Amino acid sequence: MKYIVQFEIILAISLMGELLNRIIPLPVPASIYGMAILFTGLCTGLIKLNMVREAGKFLIYMMPLMFVPAAVGLLDNWAVMKEFIVAILVISFVSTLAVVAVTGHVTQFIINRKRKEGGK
Amino acid sequence: MREFFTESLFFGAALSMGIYVLGLYIKKRYSFFLFNPVLIAIAGTIATLLVLDIDYSTYNRGAKYISYLLTPATVALAIPLYEQVSLLRKNFTAIMVGIASGVLASFCSIFAMALLFALNHTEYVTLLPKSITTAIGIGLSQELGGYVAITVSAIIITGLFGNIAGEVLCRIFGIKHPIAKGLSIGTATHVMGTAKAMEMGEVEGAMSSLSVAVAGALTVAAAIFFEGLI
Repeated sequence: MKYIVQFEIILAISLMGELLNRIIPLPVPASIYGMAILFTGLCTGLIKLNMVREAGKFLIYMMPLMFVPAAVGLLDNWAVMKEFIVAILVISFVSTLAVVAVTGHVTQFIINRKRKEGGK
Repeated sequence: MREFFTESLFFGAALSMGIYVLGLYIKKRYSFFLFNPVLIAIAGTIATLLVLDIDYSTYNRGAKYISYLLTPATVALAIPLYEQVSLLRKNFTAIMVGIASGVLASFCSIFAMALLFALNHTEYVTLLPKSITTAIGIGLSQELGGYVAITVSAIIITGLFGNIAGEVLCRIFGIKHPIAKGLSIGTATHVMGTAKAMEMGEVEGAMSSLSVAVAGALTVAAAIFFEGLI
């Protein structure tokens, strides 16, 4: 009973996200609206953690698998992708390195500086 | 027999999930980062489809029910984020500045590489959304006039890279703080990287989830400026 209610709450929020995606003319997907709705709901206490927790954790646990069909779909895109494959691979690789390094170090720098100031 | 596969509703889902489970066992047995269950499932599924000469739309007739759960799963990312909300409040500035700097690094590196490869405007804007989650990336690519199918490919390749190598990259670059690790992986490699960050720890997972939403929004906002550069 508990799990089906939890799952339904998450599905209902996904539906609300879909609705917002339909009526607001921004390139924001239903899933991100839904994430914002659930987060706001939890923060305001409108939704309690035990109303979504187990079903949510199960979905998150299964999540890596959910990317497989889309990635297999690259097979269909191969004809258009072929021409750019070197550029796509190199740019994806290099910019991922850049983003990981910059984001991580900027965040670490600010956290450490704040901690030092706080320690004085 | 082939007819059976092309008519089956469960073939695609059972095939990919089966190879994924096999991948989980292989990962458990040998802890080498290339033995990644997602990568094994993708490669195994593609190989099977090619060998049996089954096309993607046939496969996807069953497999789409796996993808169907992706929206509710992404919604559920709000749960670990909420569980870390006090950490978010305490480090709000560091987190927001960190993600913003990552988005800027993404644009600058793509811009530099586009010059290097002498890409034209359409090819350049096609790759601009490559670090953000697929659904936002598709919208942005359409808006900017890019090749949407290639944008999707670049997003998936980037995400797969993050899922496979995210943890290793953090180690190489000396990123040790769990908040910084989560933000790095989420900002660079969206939801697919976040799936990996979830395995690394609760803080990493929560921060990665947050950065998917924030980086997505910032990328859409900043793209207006960067698209005009080439």
